[in-house]
Amino acid sequence: MELHELTAHELGELLKNKKVSAVELTKTVLDRIEKVDSKVGSYITVCEDEALKRAKDVQEKIDKGETKSPLAGIPMALKDNMCTEGIKTTCASKMLNNFVPPYNATVAKKLYDQDTILLGKLNMDEFAMGGSNENSYFKQTKNPWDLERVPGGSSGGSAAAVASNEAIFTLGSDTGGSIRQPASFCGVVGIKPTYGAVSRFGLVAFASSLDQIGPLTKDVTDCALVLNAITGHDPMDSTSINIEYPDYTKALVNDVKGMKIGIPKEYIGEGINPEVKKSILDAIEVLRKLGAECEEFSLPITEYAIPAYYLIACAEASSNLARYDGVKYGYRAEKYTDLLDLYKQTRSEGFGDEVKRRIMLGTYALSSGYYDAYYKKALQVRTLISKGFNEAFSKYDLIVGPTAPTTAFKIGEKANDPLEMYLGDIYTVSVNIAGLPGLVVPCGLDSSNLPVGLQLIGKHFDESTLLRVGYTFEQNTEFHKNKAKI
Amino acid sequence: MEYEIVIGLEVHSELSTKSKIYCTCTTEFGGEVNTHCCPICTGMPGVLPVLNEKVVEYAVKAGLATNCTIAEYSKQDRKNYFYPDLPKAYQTSQYDLPICKNGYIDIEVNGETKRIGLTRIHIEEDAGKLMHDEWDTGSLVDYNRCGVPLIEIVSEPDIRSAEEAKVFLENLKAILQYIDVSDCKMQEGSLRADVNLSVRPKGQKEFGTRTEMKNLNSFRGIIRAIEAETKRQIDEIESGGVIVQETRRWDDNKGISYAMRSKEEAHDYRYFPEPDLVPIVLDKEWIEKIRESLPELPEARKKRYVSEYGLPEYDAGILTSSKALSDFFEDAVSKSSNAKAVSNWIMGDLMRLLKEKNMEAEEIPFSGEYLAKMVALIDKGTISGAIAKKVFDKMFNTGKDPEVIVKEEGLEVVSDEGALVAVVTKILENNPQSVADYKSGKEKAFGFLVGQAMKETKGKASPQIINKILKEELDKM
Repeated sequence: MELHELTAHELGELLKNKKVSAVELTKTVLDRIEKVDSKVGSYITVCEDEALKRAKDVQEKIDKGETKSPLAGIPMALKDNMCTEGIKTTCASKMLNNFVPPYNATVAKKLYDQDTILLGKLNMDEFAMGGSNENSYFKQTKNPWDLERVPGGSSGGSAAAVASNEAIFTLGSDTGGSIRQPASFCGVVGIKPTYGAVSRFGLVAFASSLDQIGPLTKDVTDCALVLNAITGHDPMDSTSINIEYPDYTKALVNDVKGMKIGIPKEYIGEGINPEVKKSILDAIEVLRKLGAECEEFSLPITEYAIPAYYLIACAEASSNLARYDGVKYGYRAEKYTDLLDLYKQTRSEGFGDEVKRRIMLGTYALSSGYYDAYYKKALQVRTLISKGFNEAFSKYDLIVGPTAPTTAFKIGEKANDPLEMYLGDIYTVSVNIAGLPGLVVPCGLDSSNLPVGLQLIGKHFDESTLLRVGYTFEQNTEFHKNKAKI
Repeated sequence: MEYEIVIGLEVHSELSTKSKIYCTCTTEFGGEVNTHCCPICTGMPGVLPVLNEKVVEYAVKAGLATNCTIAEYSKQDRKNYFYPDLPKAYQTSQYDLPICKNGYIDIEVNGETKRIGLTRIHIEEDAGKLMHDEWDTGSLVDYNRCGVPLIEIVSEPDIRSAEEAKVFLENLKAILQYIDVSDCKMQEGSLRADVNLSVRPKGQKEFGTRTEMKNLNSFRGIIRAIEAETKRQIDEIESGGVIVQETRRWDDNKGISYAMRSKEEAHDYRYFPEPDLVPIVLDKEWIEKIRESLPELPEARKKRYVSEYGLPEYDAGILTSSKALSDFFEDAVSKSSNAKAVSNWIMGDLMRLLKEKNMEAEEIPFSGEYLAKMVALIDKGTISGAIAKKVFDKMFNTGKDPEVIVKEEGLEVVSDEGALVAVVTKILENNPQSVADYKSGKEKAFGFLVGQAMKETKGKASPQIINKILKEELDKM
């Protein structure tokens, strides 16, 4: 096995025992990027020189015994909507094509503090809007399992990079499924933590009340390690919650006996691809055999989750993206007649179609006369969805179901049908609306040899239970050993 | 027809916190362009606001000092609009749940007390400043002021004249200065007002259509704008026209206002709850603690000056109208046993000199203690009243201790009888006619002779002693 194929915890051991150096490892992964990224297209920016320099510095620390981090020397990459000081942060948009932040996102800082090595910035749907990476201004990231298919999105680059061993782990962001759906499509582990568990400072906002950063990894153990590194209260983020965060590696226990698992009927009913459904039901059977108590239940108003999500997310986005006006930074149209025209031309030229569509939708939903019918109604649905989950969690320790109705679809297949694309978010958006944690682990392959991801949904701040069930599933199955052949 | 004016004011006051509302940048006025800003207050991608707790404290203080109900639960909202001085393209403000509600301020106009209701006080952030005209190629933006905390104080439409508006603003300014939440420097823009104004035939119950005038940043400007807008609206109605609901911009140089935008063109601000901030939840006990910490307010001080020092209401009102003036009086009175004299000196000579030199009460060049000392010098008979005026002027111009001035310039009253006998003898010798007049029963001549003697001693002689010696010497003749 080659170095870049190993997990972070395996590599951590090798680094600690001086079997491999951080520089050697970083070079190996950089070579891997060089070799496959022309095909996969995970990266927008690769920072080779900075990575090698950093690897050298970190190796010195390892040699001197100055680092205790289990992630020291591990090469990783960040979705390109997380600000990195001195390194371009584009959000895959023409609008920020030239934007170099003078500050680090809190997650970037935390990962630097853990002595990880930043390899570069990953492709995504523009401003995290989309589920296929077809909305990137720069390029189409491809699914490493089948280069004619999408990697999912919006954290498509983050998932594809892990699946093709172009990074040992990555961070993505999830507003309505943007970590979990690409993790499912690319056959990797991904978690959207509880809203407020990971600082959003420096994450370029899409929808502030829904956005959350999380890791994409090769297995559940790595997921726990990275979560340990990035969770925690941040005084720079008012919505970050100030509580004691557990050591997530303590949750890596191979035992689910007596655990109560609920399966929402609405998640395995109409609209789900039969092969996906079979994989999910088989996975639930595995958990049942391991001693978990699994039963179906009804999660009400699931059908309203998508409209409520798109109203809230677009309303917030319309305000969050208003600052890109060509005045201060980023793209500015070359030709304009006056101030209003400067705004119009800049935003017309700088944003892609999907971003414009959502800005218009959100602006409309917040407009006077429509606010009550749309935005306010959506907030009411939000309350009801949260209530539905609360009731479910009074009976169950966690909820299990599919991540997406299908496996990875063909590039271009849904590109002209935004509504069809939105409906693909049916199983993921509720989790963001309620601010819950959601973990995705690989649970099978369909007949086209494409991965299926099992979604585990937990109580607020109960990532540990998700990790424990995910870990147990992993220890008792071989699905995570399936690898993309690229 | 006789008309009644109906006015509501929206006052913006910059809070004097050290740092901005959502970041740690300084709020200091002035400063090189774009040096008091950071990625947060310039709204760069990915940054987040964190509310400055002092802003909440100051707003609550302002609410308590103006008899408002303090909300235990309030929230912040985004007010969305595009303008280059607003880097996030939304202003974080408060929409439907402001931090203070339902207050009032009492004002006194023409000897009558009137209560002006306050609808609300809410917190929000200031915008930057556009700099036009100097560059041919376009405008530049200075973000120093961006994110400086403001409170917006909204009055009920209870104001009925320019004079009432002026007194309301003066009282409000004094209150904000007393509780030390704003320096209210209008010339630096830390107190600004928008005027909502309508007119209606006297006796009519319904309000007329109102206009909103923006950009008013001096008391004089506000008065002038109200007068001009009142006239404009009445003229419009009298000539058969109708008032259009609109926003108007006041041009203080030209003394006229221009229509900016009509109701139809009004911005749709698309307010919605600010998702990057959490609701403001205040503890009852904390609010009470703030209430207890409030200093004596102008109204209470005024009453105390009347009852404790026996000052006339008018004087007490002037003294308490400005915190600096009132504090100066307090300082002097605490070191003096003659509050009335202290007040008289402030009301008279001090106010005159401030006016002459175009200075504010904050700039009084000597301490209250010096004024107390000077009053004591008069009361002890060390200097005469006439000399005291000279000492006061000198004190104002140099800031020197009055005792030092008196000593350096030899201004003490001369009460050495021997020396004064010589002076009187000389006066009597030089004015035989007056002596004769006095002897023939013309009492007036005595006063003339006293005056001559005082003149000879340059006012330093004790008038009582001069009287006594003069009488004795005349009797001898």
